[in-house]
Amino acid sequence: MLIEKFNPLEDEMIQVLNEEGDIIRPEWMPEISDEEVLSLFRTMQKTRAIDSIALSLQRQGRMLTYAASLGQEAAQVGSGYALKKTDWAVPAFRELGMWLTKGWSVDKILQYWYGNEWGSHTGEDLRLLPISVPISSQFQHAVGIGMSIRLKGENDVVMAYTGDGGTSQGDFHEAMNFAGVYRTPNVFVIQNNQYAISVPVVIQTASKNLAMKALAYGMPGILVDGNDLFAVLAVSQQAVAYARETGPVLIEAYTYRMGAHTTSDDPTKYRTDDEVDPWKEKDPLLRVEKYLIKKNLLKQEEIEAMKEALEEEVMEAYRSIEHSSDTEIEEIFSYHYEKMTPQLQDQLDEYRNYLKGAASDGK
Amino acid sequence: MANKINIVQAVQQALQNEMALDPTVVVYGEDVGVEGGVFRATVGLQQEFGKERAFDTPLAESAIVGSAIGMAINGMKPVVEIQFMGFIYPAVNQIVSHAARYRNRTRGLRHLPMVIRAPYGGGIRALEHHSESTEALFAHIPGLKVVIPSTPYDTKGLLIAAIRDPDPVLFLEPKRIYRAFRQDVPEEAYTLPIGKAKVLQEGDDVTVVTWGAMVPDVQKAVSGIEELSIEVIDLRTISPMDRETIIESVEKTGRILVVHEAAKSFGAGAEIIAVVNEKAFLSLEAPPMRLTGFDTTFPLPRGEEHYIPSPERIRHKIRELAAY
Repeated sequence: MLIEKFNPLEDEMIQVLNEEGDIIRPEWMPEISDEEVLSLFRTMQKTRAIDSIALSLQRQGRMLTYAASLGQEAAQVGSGYALKKTDWAVPAFRELGMWLTKGWSVDKILQYWYGNEWGSHTGEDLRLLPISVPISSQFQHAVGIGMSIRLKGENDVVMAYTGDGGTSQGDFHEAMNFAGVYRTPNVFVIQNNQYAISVPVVIQTASKNLAMKALAYGMPGILVDGNDLFAVLAVSQQAVAYARETGPVLIEAYTYRMGAHTTSDDPTKYRTDDEVDPWKEKDPLLRVEKYLIKKNLLKQEEIEAMKEALEEEVMEAYRSIEHSSDTEIEEIFSYHYEKMTPQLQDQLDEYRNYLKGAASDGK
Repeated sequence: MANKINIVQAVQQALQNEMALDPTVVVYGEDVGVEGGVFRATVGLQQEFGKERAFDTPLAESAIVGSAIGMAINGMKPVVEIQFMGFIYPAVNQIVSHAARYRNRTRGLRHLPMVIRAPYGGGIRALEHHSESTEALFAHIPGLKVVIPSTPYDTKGLLIAAIRDPDPVLFLEPKRIYRAFRQDVPEEAYTLPIGKAKVLQEGDDVTVVTWGAMVPDVQKAVSGIEELSIEVIDLRTISPMDRETIIESVEKTGRILVVHEAAKSFGAGAEIIAVVNEKAFLSLEAPPMRLTGFDTTFPLPRGEEHYIPSPERIRHKIRELAAY
């Protein structure tokens, strides 16, 4: 198994598909049908379509603060696709491609970013936790699910995500340590996109890479080209299999955040085009596109049609939530406990009475 | 069948009962497995239920609470121990940012049946950071319940209720009186309602509200005051607070004293008095009063007797309030 042989101290990076769209390590190519590749490419395109529409809506004042995934689609889709439906995914907040792979619906995703809690009501059967804004805190939940899986004798795996900045958190260390001690079925994915808002990874750590941190917790760590769909998928499939049978694994997916941290951020303040431009050639979609065209699985004009269809689909999802997403007053109160406390009931009643009075005052 | 047990034994028995009844209940934390807890609150559980259901963890409070959240998401009912309340702060992010919010932020899709137990309070001549009483920090957080029992009977009934509660409960145990006295307690499982105070003794002149380790001190103080008829209320749940019992009492007595061990400013006493002012202002015959710990760091053992209100001080304060 690649995972067990890999030595992160050597600072090598697993790559399968190069920038020209050629398979350079066929022995590592994941077992995947052409139909599956097409479907994953479509999911990556969908990720990009959601980003592009959300950003444009945000500029029109029709969307709130939004964190785009641009440039990280392979790391997200490739890792998420390695999970079974019964496996768990525990996101940070920039894993759009994985959310789609796992089945979070576009309208719910947009509803979340649009500012309504119902977006995180992801559905009864979906083993996907809600977004976690406090950095790396979600790793603990992933480990707890892993502990309960071992306890209950279940056979599922939990994949948790954080970023390069997240590795500086105490919770990252505590969770990795728990996972190592209890041999939980966890896969930890670090999307190393080089930045935590404006702070580059060299200010997060003096480690040569992030994958090597795994060694201190007694688990394998593997560094993969995060812009290479096939490499990410191959490594993730192995990691998931290893976690299911043996114990935890850490994956560092080496990628680049092409856009801003969120719509509230301006990356020109802390990085130059000279730095960003070379990453455009490493674009994760472009590589798969070249691969598909070379294999005659897709034509350029079909790609354009796919993009258009996806953007229309996303806009439709947005329209379905745009005018129906204002929060009902009672909902603000009624989900804090199984039953509303008398205090909450009083506050709700008082506010309602105020609104009623204000309405009858004509104010 | 009843057995005569103290508070720490009541904790152990509640855990033992629930683990026997419900295979999803697991108990873990630092030293809770092999040793059975530094206060022996989990003694025998690993022997009876195995290493899978009662176990030791690495020394990491955030992960203890954070992993319990994950366990609860996947259908378990974790009861985790924070060894001393003074060590809960590394876990505050997990408690406040996640445990308390999960039900609301998922609109009820995911809720967390989990209990965080922690011995709280001073008076046992302990080291630094071993005497904290910061229940008000947590009572302020929407989505949490904060329970503090004061007797073996209440401890067992409330802890079982906390374990069966579908939402997270912070269960603070008065370690100063862990072994102070024994009480007849049913051997079987039973519950007491969370959010209900208890009137320990009825009276007409003054209401004294207190909880946890201060309850026996208040009872001692009151027993030395023959000239007054004093109503004593054991709050038992800090949040959500039983306002009705307090208001009903103040409407009768017109005078209220809150006694707590925690620091005075912004403490739970402030909330109680605010509620009294809102709901029973016209019944008041004297300004509501507080007798509490000082707004200081809890002193090291050579000074702690000055910090915790003594029965003598409580008696003095009650007389001051009655004479107003």
